[in-house]
Amino acid sequence: MSPAALVSTATLLSLSILSLAFLLTVYRIVVGPTLPDRVLALDMLAATAIGFIAVVAVKTGFTLYVDIAIALGLVGFLATVAFARFILARGHAEETPARKPAEPQRRRKGRARR
Amino acid sequence: MILAVAVSVLMVVGALFSLAAAIGLVRLPDLYSRMHAASKAGTVGSGLMLVAAGLHAGDAAILARAAAGFVFFILTAPIAAHLLARAAHQAGFRLQPPSVRDDLEQSQRHHRGSN
Repeated sequence: MSPAALVSTATLLSLSILSLAFLLTVYRIVVGPTLPDRVLALDMLAATAIGFIAVVAVKTGFTLYVDIAIALGLVGFLATVAFARFILARGHAEETPARKPAEPQRRRKGRARR
Repeated sequence: MILAVAVSVLMVVGALFSLAAAIGLVRLPDLYSRMHAASKAGTVGSGLMLVAAGLHAGDAAILARAAAGFVFFILTAPIAAHLLARAAHQAGFRLQPPSVRDDLEQSQRHHRGSN
């Protein structure tokens, strides 16, 4: 097998594996069940997209794609930080299962302190 | 030939890491355990593929850029995961049943009790 054919086969294989990973991550975004879960899945989606871009850089030979991948990583990081601040500011977990009875009192105390 | 083999192996292994992270994201029981999969395996997966792209270019400048990108992801992924976990914990998202112990909540309660 020639080197070019090997790289081309590996490119196709990794693109299909990445597509599967993409679909699984989108499933988590759709299903949730909570907002932080979706934010985490979006972060993971950005990481998978960076991998996609890197594989496409190998496939097409345009090395400029590496810069695009770095820029996407920066944007993904900032988006996650902003979403974390948003979750912190919104401050309530309406979908909290399990130990719900202990929640209201604890949170009221926290808010008064703030 | 060696370069082609290295690029192919790095790409496929990186894609498999991403797939493992995605499977973990779907299969694990709660936010805090899903974070393990997404922020560790996901970062390594995309980083390996970036290094593969840098190697394939055959140019030291491109390889250095790809390595800088990898280091950047390794630096930022734990920060993002830590911020998200902290925000979710403070917003009141609790650990789910398979987890047995919440050290952060216990230490906060202890702290509040001693004040």
